[in-house]
Amino acid sequence: MSVEAELAPLQAKIRLNSVNKIFSTERGDLVALQDISLEIGETEFVCFVGPSGCGKSTLLRIVAGLERGFSGDAEVNGAPITEPGRDRTVMFQEHALFPWLDVLGNVMFGLKLKPGLNDKERQEIALYYLQLVGLNGFEHANVHELSGGMKQRVALARALAPNPRVLLMDEPFAALDAMTREQLYGDLQRIHAARKKTILFVTHNVREAVCLSDRVILFSPRPGRIRAEFQVKLPRPREFNDTNLAALARDITNELKVILGPENRPV
Amino acid sequence: MKNLVAPFLIFAALLGGWEYAARSSGVSAILLPAPSAVFTYLVHAAESGELLKATLVTMRRLGVGYAIGLCIGLPLGMLTAKSHIARNTLGVIALGLQTLPSVCWVPLSLLWFGQTETAMLFIVVMGTVWAVILATDHGIRQIPPLYREAAETMGSRGLHLWLRVLVPASLPYLVSGSKQGWAFAWRSLMAAEIYVTILSGFGLGHLLHYGRELHAMDQVVGLMVLIIFIGFAADKALFSPWERFLRKRWGLSSS
Repeated sequence: MSVEAELAPLQAKIRLNSVNKIFSTERGDLVALQDISLEIGETEFVCFVGPSGCGKSTLLRIVAGLERGFSGDAEVNGAPITEPGRDRTVMFQEHALFPWLDVLGNVMFGLKLKPGLNDKERQEIALYYLQLVGLNGFEHANVHELSGGMKQRVALARALAPNPRVLLMDEPFAALDAMTREQLYGDLQRIHAARKKTILFVTHNVREAVCLSDRVILFSPRPGRIRAEFQVKLPRPREFNDTNLAALARDITNELKVILGPENRPV
Repeated sequence: MKNLVAPFLIFAALLGGWEYAARSSGVSAILLPAPSAVFTYLVHAAESGELLKATLVTMRRLGVGYAIGLCIGLPLGMLTAKSHIARNTLGVIALGLQTLPSVCWVPLSLLWFGQTETAMLFIVVMGTVWAVILATDHGIRQIPPLYREAAETMGSRGLHLWLRVLVPASLPYLVSGSKQGWAFAWRSLMAAEIYVTILSGFGLGHLLHYGRELHAMDQVVGLMVLIIFIGFAADKALFSPWERFLRKRWGLSSS
């Protein structure tokens, strides 16, 4: 396989039908997700928004194949999800980079598991993604030497490198400072335009969701259910501090307050 | 260099004081050998080849015993980390036997294996293996589940997951566990060599023991110095590269 073929954008449809997930705890069963049905189109950028405990991360983990023992159907391009796979890579809230590898080694980790490439091609691909996230020149840095924002950039490059069809992002920017976060919003939009992946993004920040996604899906907790959907039709690239964007985020937040009631307002 | 001047002066003063005390106090050389006598012994024993021979015998036993201890301890530690049954049985045994000073194995070992190399190795292995099991177990348990999940989403499974993720992720603990195992092995072997007399090779412990029987305290103290030196040098040679790697990559020291 050539590097060029390997870099061709890939995406997938996701279909969830009547997905239920129950966690058994010592204090009885906890319904994390109830009757979730959802279709996500190719190259669509979808945000899951909701207060803590609404099951949005659990749903992301189900799509990742990390959460087993749910009922209902979860399919990627028509194939049922049974285990994790490199067609669906994940970026976590904590960077989860491997400290025993340098930056390049981390980005190469998934690539080395891909057959049909030689090491030179793998390295070329890894360097392409490091450049895409703006980290050229840092390939031999150690993880502990990087700032929080840089670590998340490496994590993004690592998740993109195996060329997944679906990129799953679980509050990836939540632990970063506001300035770094805004930079990353710009970068992520640019990368989404360049790589054309299907992206699922979990956040509790409505404005972040409006800034990034084509569709915002609202969850409510106990039991975790989908309560509303909002299409975001603002032109791209979007500026986080844009007034139209802020106004839309405010409208959605106001609707959320009505839907969720006073005790379940998202932050 | 400047930092070395004060320690050098202090050590020189200590040695000088010891030499002076040994010469002028009238205490028998059997009780208090002068450092110069210890030094003379070391030079003579080194020239005659006696020290080198004993050191090689000791290092061979240590190397073999330690290697066996690691080969048994690392997999068993992984087992106790991953299996509840192993943890509740083997893990408890390891915890208990780790507190047993390895010299306590000497009587049993002599009865089972007689005055043989096997008896010697058995004591070293018993001294090493429990510490290694406990450290490995601890190391594997400390791995954030996130590493495993991240690796799985990139397609890592089975043996690849173990060798490329779980083992390297627990490296800081494996290094400190191996280091601890090394220290235990070294202590165990000295105990074994002092207590178990065998004809298949005289190690440093034996030389020390015979020094006592011959009332040759210059020999006893000389060997103590040599044993300290070897323990120190081996520790540096074996573990310093790993610790440097850990500091560089992880940004931490392993101890």
